[in-house]
Amino acid sequence: MKRRDFLRSTLPTATIVPAVINGFSVKAFTAQHPIVQALMGATTDTDKVLVMIQMNGGNDGLNMVIPIDGYGNYVNARSNIAIPQNRILTLSGNDKTGLHPSMTGLQTLYNEGKLSVVQAVGYPSPNFSHFRATDIWMSASDSNTVVNSGWAGRYLGVEYPNYPNGYPNATMPDPLAIQIGSITSLTLQGPAVNMGMSISDPVNFYNLIDGVIDPAPDTPWGKELKYIRLIAQQTQQYATAIKNAAAAVPTQGAYPSNNTLADQLKIVARLVKGGLKTRIYMVSIGGFDTHSAQVNTGDTTTGNHATLMLRLSDAVKAFMDDLKGLGVDDRVVGMTFSEFGRRIKSNASMGTDHGAAAPVFVFGKNVKSGVVGTNPAIPTNASVNDNIPFQYDFRSIYASILSQWFCVNNTDLQTVMFKNFQNIALCTNGACGATGIDDIYREAGDQLIINYPNPFVQSTKVTFKTKGGHTLVHVIDTLGRSIRTLTDKEYTPGVFNVDFDSSGLPPGVYYVRLQNGAIQQVRSMLKVR
Amino acid sequence: MNRRDFLTAKRKSAQKTPDSISQTARTQSGLTPYTGAFGTEEVVHLLKRTMFGATAEDVTYFKTRSVTQAIDELLNPTAALPAPPVKDYNETGTTTPDTTVAPGTTWVNTYNTDGTISSRRRSSFKKWSIGIMINQDRSIREKMTLFWHNHFATETAEIIDPMILYRHHALLRADALGDFKKMVRDVTLDAGMLRYLNGYLNTATAPDENYARELQELFTVGKENNPNYTEDDVKAAARVLTGWRIDYPNSTGYYDNNRHDKNNKQFSSYYSNTVITGRNGATAGEQELDDLLNMIFAKREDVSRFIVKKIYRWFCYYTIDAAANTNVIEPLAQLLRDNNWNIKVVLDTLLKSEHFFDPLNRGCLIKSPLELGIALCREFDVKFPNAATEYVDAYNMWDYIRAQVATFNQDFADPPSVSGWPAYYQEPQFYELWINSDTLPKRNRFTDIMVTTGYTRSGKNIKIDPIAFAKKMSNPGDPNILITDSLAILYRVPLSQTSRDTIKKNILLSGQDQDYYWTNAWNAYIANPTDTMALQTVNTRLRDLYKYFMNLAEYQLA
Repeated sequence: MKRRDFLRSTLPTATIVPAVINGFSVKAFTAQHPIVQALMGATTDTDKVLVMIQMNGGNDGLNMVIPIDGYGNYVNARSNIAIPQNRILTLSGNDKTGLHPSMTGLQTLYNEGKLSVVQAVGYPSPNFSHFRATDIWMSASDSNTVVNSGWAGRYLGVEYPNYPNGYPNATMPDPLAIQIGSITSLTLQGPAVNMGMSISDPVNFYNLIDGVIDPAPDTPWGKELKYIRLIAQQTQQYATAIKNAAAAVPTQGAYPSNNTLADQLKIVARLVKGGLKTRIYMVSIGGFDTHSAQVNTGDTTTGNHATLMLRLSDAVKAFMDDLKGLGVDDRVVGMTFSEFGRRIKSNASMGTDHGAAAPVFVFGKNVKSGVVGTNPAIPTNASVNDNIPFQYDFRSIYASILSQWFCVNNTDLQTVMFKNFQNIALCTNGACGATGIDDIYREAGDQLIINYPNPFVQSTKVTFKTKGGHTLVHVIDTLGRSIRTLTDKEYTPGVFNVDFDSSGLPPGVYYVRLQNGAIQQVRSMLKVR
Repeated sequence: MNRRDFLTAKRKSAQKTPDSISQTARTQSGLTPYTGAFGTEEVVHLLKRTMFGATAEDVTYFKTRSVTQAIDELLNPTAALPAPPVKDYNETGTTTPDTTVAPGTTWVNTYNTDGTISSRRRSSFKKWSIGIMINQDRSIREKMTLFWHNHFATETAEIIDPMILYRHHALLRADALGDFKKMVRDVTLDAGMLRYLNGYLNTATAPDENYARELQELFTVGKENNPNYTEDDVKAAARVLTGWRIDYPNSTGYYDNNRHDKNNKQFSSYYSNTVITGRNGATAGEQELDDLLNMIFAKREDVSRFIVKKIYRWFCYYTIDAAANTNVIEPLAQLLRDNNWNIKVVLDTLLKSEHFFDPLNRGCLIKSPLELGIALCREFDVKFPNAATEYVDAYNMWDYIRAQVATFNQDFADPPSVSGWPAYYQEPQFYELWINSDTLPKRNRFTDIMVTTGYTRSGKNIKIDPIAFAKKMSNPGDPNILITDSLAILYRVPLSQTSRDTIKKNILLSGQDQDYYWTNAWNAYIANPTDTMALQTVNTRLRDLYKYFMNLAEYQLA
């Protein structure tokens, strides 16, 4: 019996439980006590959620979070698009940094202590290509290495290593991650399978592309297409869970109209409140590639970028208000990101070209509000080649959220992020002690392959379960290349062991993959010195 | 085992009116030769129906032909018949090993009674068959061979002997485009069919009606006629067919006069009260068989309609409404009768007709599991190990495809019963039976696996190379043309511009609005194909693009 099942079935209401869980004495608490509930993961209300907002195209961070103390150089560098000083929104208790004038919603959140502004987030040797920079942000790779999985996908792979075998199940009845939209991104790609599902509309979500279902005409092929879609809808394993969650939340707070980001966040709020145990949501807003006409001539506080700033700010504010009204604001932390910032110096087309570091917003009731870091130093006479150097590696933000919000311990953090990154105090989750990821999640589903010890120094024993027939166990690297075959032959059904001797391989993250007919399962392994 | 009772019970319960009336728009077009455009759209339609998928190379090839030339080529295969399966197995655990058969050479001419060897040979045959379909010649032959396998359905578990199994399927291939009446005769005396429907147990003293029934019900006249053959006709036909046995070492049927019923056989009024004269002697069996087939094929309308409808459902659509019956089925049946049961003439007229190319008859066929699995390998040109030099690896990889396809409910050489696969006869759903809550997720998982990790065994890997596929398109650097070209191969039904644009933006452009971002990425890769970053940038996006296309319902249609 698993520890939590044991606790659930034996904990009576309002009695003293003399037990020690992970070193915490809980004898003074009843099953209803929040700490016990947190330790047990007994209710969905304690599950934490991360919402990632992708700003597609490369956001001009310098016009979003404006350096008041370096305002002179700022105007010099971009006089045609600079925001007038008297229009900059000020932040309570901070006279050096302000926000774009459209962002009154985020200004309010900051002043209420629910917004953290992390300055100049980037990475060494920044890449200026949308594709490559997006892949770097999503995979959390170094600038010069290629990784074919996403950081959130890897995290979910560590937390739910058996997925998708035996999923959904009682421990995790819901999607691990949801992307609002048509297509799941690299962020949610695990070492072998994608950990997320994409939905456009929680009520009728199959085969929708931008909320529109391609017509099926009154012809033979239309008839067959409708039939296949019907079956597809019926067999989507999470359909019922999502529909039920959506149906459980008939009323929500007000959201701005003509704001696709707000539409997406509204769905997220609904599903969170509806009880989904889904950990990660991704939403996106496009149009940030403002090479030209970033601002309107005559009034730099208006124009395309101002509209985007307004939509972002309004959507996040409405989302936060809604979460509060629904009583789930305790559970949600959000962050924004864009593949890069833009150049310090503006161009002659009233726009900005691809740049380097830019600020990241982290928001939520449980964030540590404030401005992290200093305003970027802007040269007196910025040239076209000047970029904002990074103060914080974007992976520090991921790592900090994983440890502070999802209670991921150091070893697992290294497995997900490949190395140690600076810890930035961004948010608080009282349940994060020294616990790390609970075994209940790791054991959910059908465990077909596991290794011990992990982390390991030289060799580790891999135990796998085959249903018989041809069975392959091999080790793949972070690029998905097969680097060592541990076994590759016919088996009778059963459980077997093979040793992985890692001689000659550098320390780091490896994946051991089982392939047995149409079944596959991947386990993350960490080789240490 | 009494397969009959089980089967008839199942099949009878599903009997309905001859042809259900379709609720959807149908066409009045008939067999007038098609004279319209013959571009990519039409070529792909023709190839998806007559071959396993439409490869970019085949599309290019046939686009330079006229409709007539293209179909003439498809109907007249010039490639030699495929070389037989080879020994891909070992001797472990066998009592009488195949020592005279060298590894990599064929086993089909060396008799061996060892049960383990037989099992490995059956498996070898099934793997090889998948390889034949994947590497099919540029003709309709393999699609028709499969058609006949479904028509004259047999199961390996019943045939057991691998040499007989091989020769049974070789017969279907050899007769695939010939004279239907001759084929029925060949199949009747084929060792595999004698075995499968108990012909070899059918003797004067203990008649076995199994084959006599299916010969009429499933292979020739069908059971929807009114009036129709009677139970007494089944018994009489069984007596005609007494005496046939199997020569196992030679994998052939032979006649044993001692077992033959030499009395006259009386048939019902359906067969004009025919009496087949009982005979005695070495040629009695064949003479009476010819009498029997002449009598059955004298039901010219019933036989021709029955087989033409089956061909129609295989190549066009399962619903046969009144217009299709009048304009297509009846004239084709007449044609078959007028041409002495020549199947090719029927195919020629049907495939060249307005009806076949009618837009209403395009895209409405749900891919059978074999079509899905084989066409994926062919259209994406999945690279398999070399069948000559790495035959064990090649056979293993074909077996992976075979096993996957079997999980979608089509296990080649092992259909569920003598009726073939229900998707070809079960009213009213027909092909829709391929898709259910069990098989659709498996189909999707298969396409996902093939485009992501692929299948790895013995250090070899089979998988879709999305870049290689994109390179076959006319202008892969233009994301719009790339999507249009790819869909022209992969889909038979349109995807709206809105959907195309959304998919392009979200996948190929990573959310950007400008097409040149894809163009630049593609050009960067082409300029430096060994650069990992440039390669991965296009590879992940193309992988996601094709994965997405294969996940939409549209991909299941052909």
